[in-house]
Amino acid sequence: MAAVGGGGLPAYALRRLLLAIPVLFGVSVLVFAVLHLAPGDPAAIMLGAQATKEDVERLHRDLGLDQPLVVQYLRWMGHVVQGDLGRSIPLGRAVLPEVLLRFKATLVLTAGALAIALVLGLAAGIISAVKQYSWLDRLSMGVAVTGVSLPVFWTGIMLIIVFALQLRWFPSSGMSSPYGGSGVADVLWHLVLPAMTLGTASAAALARLTRSSVLEIIRQDYVRSARAKGLAERAVIARHVLKNAINPIITVLGVQVGFLLGGAILTETVFSWPGLGSMMVRAIQARDYPLVQGGVLLIATTFVVVNLAVDLLYAIFDPRIRYD
Amino acid sequence: MTDVVRVFRRSSAALFGLGLVAVVAVLAMLAPWLAPRDPDAIDTARRLAPILTAGYPLGTDEFGRDLLSRLLYGARISLVVGLTATALAALAGSLCGLLAGFVGRWVDQLIMRSIDTLMAFPYFLLAVAIIAVLGPGLVNGMVAVAVVNIPFYGRIVRATVLAVKQTEYVESARALGVSELRLALTHVLRNCLSPVIVAVTLNIGGMITALAGLSFLGLGVQPPTSDWGSMLAASRQYLNVAPHVAALPGIAIFLTVLGFNLLGDGLRDALDPRLR
Repeated sequence: MAAVGGGGLPAYALRRLLLAIPVLFGVSVLVFAVLHLAPGDPAAIMLGAQATKEDVERLHRDLGLDQPLVVQYLRWMGHVVQGDLGRSIPLGRAVLPEVLLRFKATLVLTAGALAIALVLGLAAGIISAVKQYSWLDRLSMGVAVTGVSLPVFWTGIMLIIVFALQLRWFPSSGMSSPYGGSGVADVLWHLVLPAMTLGTASAAALARLTRSSVLEIIRQDYVRSARAKGLAERAVIARHVLKNAINPIITVLGVQVGFLLGGAILTETVFSWPGLGSMMVRAIQARDYPLVQGGVLLIATTFVVVNLAVDLLYAIFDPRIRYD
Repeated sequence: MTDVVRVFRRSSAALFGLGLVAVVAVLAMLAPWLAPRDPDAIDTARRLAPILTAGYPLGTDEFGRDLLSRLLYGARISLVVGLTATALAALAGSLCGLLAGFVGRWVDQLIMRSIDTLMAFPYFLLAVAIIAVLGPGLVNGMVAVAVVNIPFYGRIVRATVLAVKQTEYVESARALGVSELRLALTHVLRNCLSPVIVAVTLNIGGMITALAGLSFLGLGVQPPTSDWGSMLAASRQYLNVAPHVAALPGIAIFLTVLGFNLLGDGLRDALDPRLR
């Protein structure tokens, strides 16, 4: 955590915001490089083998590929800040509306998975720590190390086989029913299996971290004092332990969201979920660079914003951070 | 050292992990002798045969290829690719961390800001974006996953270097006139060894999963090579009629990754004196 000097929360927030600028600049350079580091002429690759020489030359000019790299980057960045992410050639549409539409689906999936991860992970971690070395502790930590080792794409396929194909409780693909169903309930029904798939691995990681974080606090002197003064165990855990154990958990939330946004690429492919991840995999195979750039830029920017929010949340929960 | 072995041997989970890794490694090495058939031999008369079919102990895939043989050969790909990618990441990352921590000043700034930028991308997304540049394939997949993991090692080594630089024995070695390069290569590097070993063991499982994930998306190992990730991808067409074709490669990935994770946990506990 950065040292921030005095000034309290607003000053810390401002400083943290300024620190995000070079990171976003680095992100934009890397995303820009996706198109320009690819071997061969991007224009020829994007148009495919059937394109005429004139077509390739026209696209080459339209993309500004005849300009120096710095000029190309500045031009591209100028368009990006105005919300112009270019056009997808195979789709024949502007990139921005396309990625925004799919981004919504990715957010729904990520939020669902995060909710599952938090509920399962925190509950298992707290129970394990409070009942250390009991069979409950061994069981939940055994399940957790299993969960961390399960590849999400395989968990998804197994859930489809059991709950969609055999039991027929949930649909195996898509985000809404083809006929009629488009309400919130329908989306939630489609969300159950993908969110479980994506959330389990994250829940497992959170459970392990919560356990060690709670165990560390439980051994502190002030917890012993709280017990000694006759406070009920439940109150000790809720008031003294959890309140202090929450900080390390908040710091890894950012990492977990990054894990979920990345894992969404696999989960969306397994469940044909109409999000950014499944779109990008298809776009890479079709060499649709503007669409890949748009997707990567949007997800990476979201991740930077989430990390910023997590840092601010951390500073709110732990005032020491602001004055370090 | 004996302490480390003692703590490690006390943990049944760590020993189980070591056992799993050893079994997978032996199976992978002996694949050409253990596999009942050529993993690429097609038998169209026996497509999607169930487990325990005569001559095909684990059944066959959609081309009638023997699943057991493909799983055994797949273990070789997974281990070689996973270990190579981890070694690449550990080498490149440690070098970055050593330079940043030892040289300091603008070198440190440059390396750390680049690492921040890499970390601004969700892990798997960055690997996918690198594949978008390099094109799908086994070697490109390894490079992509290795690059994504450079920050992990870079930060660990930099932090260790900064801590070691402050110690009195490094100060006195410097006072005795030991050159900076020699300091970096002897005292500092030696102290980085145990955190890097732990990081590598904890990292291999994630590497194998990530590489299998890329192959699953069609961005890593390409068919017809027997690879667990691409076997899983192909199996999705036949989940209704032949669920075992999907289940088996996943179980193989899971057991291998579980082995490395348990081994890594055990090594971390044994090598970290604070946890004793």
